[in-house]
Amino acid sequence: MSLAAATAAVARTTTTTAAGSHGFLSPTGVEIAFLLVGLVTFGAAIVTVTTKQLVHAALWLVVALGGLAVEYLLLTAEFIAWVQVLIYVGSVVVLLLFGLMLTKAPIGRSPDADSGNRWAALTVAVAAAGALVWVVVDAFRTTWVDLDGAAAGSTAVTGASLFQNWVLPFEALSVLLLAALVGAIVLSRKAKADADTAARPAAGSGALPGSGTPSTGPSAGRAIPSRTAASDGQPPAKEGTR
Amino acid sequence: MHLAYPAVLAALLFCTGLYGVLARRNAILVLMSVELMLNAVNLNLVAFDIWLSKTARDTLHSGQALTLFTIAIAAAEIGIGLAIVLAVYRNRGTSDIDKLRDTAEGPDSGAPAAEKAEATA
Repeated sequence: MSLAAATAAVARTTTTTAAGSHGFLSPTGVEIAFLLVGLVTFGAAIVTVTTKQLVHAALWLVVALGGLAVEYLLLTAEFIAWVQVLIYVGSVVVLLLFGLMLTKAPIGRSPDADSGNRWAALTVAVAAAGALVWVVVDAFRTTWVDLDGAAAGSTAVTGASLFQNWVLPFEALSVLLLAALVGAIVLSRKAKADADTAARPAAGSGALPGSGTPSTGPSAGRAIPSRTAASDGQPPAKEGTR
Repeated sequence: MHLAYPAVLAALLFCTGLYGVLARRNAILVLMSVELMLNAVNLNLVAFDIWLSKTARDTLHSGQALTLFTIAIAAAEIGIGLAIVLAVYRNRGTSDIDKLRDTAEGPDSGAPAAEKAEATA
């Protein structure tokens, strides 16, 4: 309690000294728009992590990511906003939907979407949110971002800084994207080969006793003749076809 | 605009993603929550870059460059992650991360090991 009282006192003194010309009680139009879009974004994010319908989670993620693109536009970062729309809404969500379809996610409500530790997760998340919001508000309550004048994130500005100061990381990133592309292909191809080799002995094990085991040693043949006798006459025919 | 608005929104979105990562059971939903966390970091980077470019006359634009890099890395991550999830689904028939307990120790470590031995036999 004494800590809370001390921080409240500190907060009161800093607001009176440094609030200056911009107060929280007289928000500008950009701030109101940011607040409203932020509420929509936060609500969509909440629904994304709590809904029981898996496909709806992906669609609410579109709302959250689109809301973030609008926030970038309000922060005058135009290029980032359109990159966000193109890459996240355009490709990442489509990939996620493909993943949901390929893993045969149930269309309706799935009651086991949340694991058993959701209350522990909720505790951790609320504690982290409280700590982070408290620290961030305490640190940046009086910081003012000037959004007037030329846009700080237009395509010209971003492109100039990217290709003047960030050329080497940019090229390294292209190598990383190539590696990720090759890695994804290799992963899915190898999984397919594994599935093939896993499927082939499973399919062959039924036909194997007749064709393969008579030529093996006597120790293996001891158990097998009962199966060949049980599967009446089928193994010789299979041997003949081979 | 006060810097507190985007900073608080980023913190809240990050904690939403944190809850999703901890509480979700389907691997693809966990990937969605990771995307939310990455987007919260992106919003922070953009907001602080705009602030620094106006007040400190910063011309490096490191925040926006790092945001672009983060978006590209997130795209690569989601591609690799979905390939891994699909491979796991193909081998195990499930994308439920609570059931993938092969490396877990404890009283129930015998059952997955026997199941795995059966699968490889």
